[in-house]
Amino acid sequence: MDIQVVKVGIVSCSGEEIPEGTLCRLACRKVLDERPGETVTICLPLFIAGGEEERTFAQNYPTITVDGCDKLCAAKATEMLSGKPSKSLSIPEILKKHGLTPPTKLRHFGPEEDAAVKAVAEEIARAVDEVLEEE
Amino acid sequence: MGKKPKQVVVLPCSGIGKTFGALARETAYELVERVRPGLATLTCLPLLVINDPEAVALVTENPVITIDGCPKDCAKKSVEAVGGRVAKAYEAIKFYKEHKDLKPEGIAEVNDTGRKLAQVAAAEVAREVDKLAAGEGE
Repeated sequence: MDIQVVKVGIVSCSGEEIPEGTLCRLACRKVLDERPGETVTICLPLFIAGGEEERTFAQNYPTITVDGCDKLCAAKATEMLSGKPSKSLSIPEILKKHGLTPPTKLRHFGPEEDAAVKAVAEEIARAVDEVLEEE
Repeated sequence: MGKKPKQVVVLPCSGIGKTFGALARETAYELVERVRPGLATLTCLPLLVINDPEAVALVTENPVITIDGCPKDCAKKSVEAVGGRVAKAYEAIKFYKEHKDLKPEGIAEVNDTGRKLAQVAAAEVAREVDKLAAGEGE
């Protein structure tokens, strides 16, 4: 009997130091809220601070990482400490693809940032669909 | 000529699943942007997870305050994992316990009440920042 994949893991760069990190958190949260039955997340530092359950996250769920800059913390940390991600998304690439300018503030996003949050969330949701189809 | 003040690193929780994680971040942002700009600084917590040399140097060469969103204490443990010493560790829920009239809500970002609580919290953490910058409490 085939094992059905129930949920896709989403690992967000938290990027506290850069506006793209906030964009990343908001977009990931939007997808998690809109697709609660198909997605799950983990706080990235739990790969170090957590226990065995956290470290096997990417082995238990096909995982999508979303990074805010070219340091690629989410992708690297997931692969290094948990397992190879199924897909790795980059906020700068998504913004470029959609012709959107990067956000400029660290907090209190409003209508000016809505388009960017929506575009990134849509790309994550599309990646979730693709992973679910592949599994 | 006076001694140049040190930077004090304020590291909040990275979580996107809990209100107190968002409160921790809002408190850190309040500190670095409004209450102690130039003196308090932050870095991305995941940079410590991947051992980024600049981020590791920042937390090993400067006093560090962590503000965690849950008892798993990711921020504190991440600093310790790269050889840094945490001068003061907070759990964000402490601020709410002391100010029950300011109940924060929201997960990715806190609501207006949460922002008010973050301002109160930042004022308290700022006192610790000042002590550490002056070389006390290390």
